[in-house]
Amino acid sequence: MTASGTFGNGVEFDDFIDINKLGGILLKGTTLHHREGNDYPRMAETPSGMLNAVGLQNKGAQYFCEHIYPKVARYNTKVIVNVNGSTIEEYIELTQQIAELEHIAAIELNISCPNVKEGGMAFGTSCPMAEQVTRAVRKVYPKTLIVKLSPNVTNIVEIARAVEAQGADSISLVNTFLGMAIHAESRRPVLSTITGGLSGPAIKPIALRMVWQVAQAVKVPVIGMGGIMNATDAIEFMIAGASAVQVGTANFIDPLITMKIIAGIEEYLNRHKMSSVNELIGSLQM
Amino acid sequence: MDKKVCDLLIIRNIKLNHDNYLLELESDELLGTIVPGQFVNVLVPDAPSTFLRRPFSIHETNISNNRFSILVKVVGEGTRKLGLLQPGNHLNVIFPLGNGFSRPKNYEKILLIGGGVGIAPMMHMARESKELGAEIHILLGARTDKDHILIEDFSKHGPVYLTTNDGSLGVHGFVTHHPVFSADHHFNRIYCCGPDPMTHAVAAKAAQLDIDCEVSLENMMACGFGVCLCCVTSTTSGNQCVCTEGPVFNTKQLKWQI
Repeated sequence: MTASGTFGNGVEFDDFIDINKLGGILLKGTTLHHREGNDYPRMAETPSGMLNAVGLQNKGAQYFCEHIYPKVARYNTKVIVNVNGSTIEEYIELTQQIAELEHIAAIELNISCPNVKEGGMAFGTSCPMAEQVTRAVRKVYPKTLIVKLSPNVTNIVEIARAVEAQGADSISLVNTFLGMAIHAESRRPVLSTITGGLSGPAIKPIALRMVWQVAQAVKVPVIGMGGIMNATDAIEFMIAGASAVQVGTANFIDPLITMKIIAGIEEYLNRHKMSSVNELIGSLQM
Repeated sequence: MDKKVCDLLIIRNIKLNHDNYLLELESDELLGTIVPGQFVNVLVPDAPSTFLRRPFSIHETNISNNRFSILVKVVGEGTRKLGLLQPGNHLNVIFPLGNGFSRPKNYEKILLIGGGVGIAPMMHMARESKELGAEIHILLGARTDKDHILIEDFSKHGPVYLTTNDGSLGVHGFVTHHPVFSADHHFNRIYCCGPDPMTHAVAAKAAQLDIDCEVSLENMMACGFGVCLCCVTSTTSGNQCVCTEGPVFNTKQLKWQI
């Protein structure tokens, strides 16, 4: 799969790859109302990674249903909408609109965006709030509900168990880590928002650890992500217990990377005489 | 034209002065149409500290040989590595990206302005505009005489005017201090690429003289093809990606305080 916010609405990749070869695509985070996002600069390159502070720039639910949905409905893969809100009511209203769309296979409930002032990560860093929003959305969404967790918590296992108990069908993790960058010469922050979300291989070991912990603690399938740059990284997440993986920041650097990762996983399975990735999932040898 | 990711062969890597290199690249497939002002996003080989690609304007094209060139100014680890590449090496490039400059009409008189490494897209623009029949004037700004490059190549396409910050070559001062603005030229349009303070000053000058003006922006970007939403600039239609809606904007579209 592709991670939300790194793959546009898929159409941006039509020149590069056959999207139908992917397990699924996660569309850019959507909110009920239009959002302009944060001011420039929104990005800082950091050692083995990058910080972003886009702030959920998107044209809102109505535009999505009228203009983006018809373009993505033609894909023969699982098209998943990343759902964001600043209040429970916004999450519910947006989910209800998405639930009407036949060719959307699932939603990913984003309770982990670090780049918006209100809502977002606030829902993902408190157990009671994570439970509340998952329960509310579960009531209005009959199809597959994925909940995307923030790593900016003391105990991610508690949050994972809480959203599972409220009916999440799957858990994806991790979103970006809150970080910052400073220009030493000017003594100014690099990002307009001062802080932003860190992604890329810099976060991989932490993400891998969190996926391993969560996969042991819940029964629902876990989708792993965080700094996957190649097939070996993806395989490691599956060994740690992820049933599927999302590739994020690597899409910026190599728009063909998802195809290379799929080929690399197949090559690994053949080499290890495995008939399916199921033999790989949670196969960590201790 | 469709965007593609290719390993391009390095034909030449010419050191132009103390910190500028001209890299000529060849594709083994047909290049297709490249519009002046479009750019490429380059994966810097063997540079672990350079995580993201680096965007460069296309400097000039040679469609019949499937070649184009980029102008690289050394500013950090990534560009330093690019300067060291040898003919025969390959470079992984995503191209062509962005919108490019508008095409001048055959009866139009235009002024191309480049500051520093911002002169890069103006060679392609000058040649194609001349081929279209437009009258081209070229104004180049740099810090010192040692920073001025490619003057002879530019002068093949039209009169070249120079400024330096220290007065060591051409007019002393910034490009906007050059008398070409006060002369009775009646330019139909100004095309500009360079550092932010320069493009702002040119935009202000163009507005004052009531001349249409297009600027190529160089915002930091992660992807270059419209998915990371990091390189936005504030426009009359909201935040727009410099990599896909730009890099060229008419200054009327931009919410600049000028």
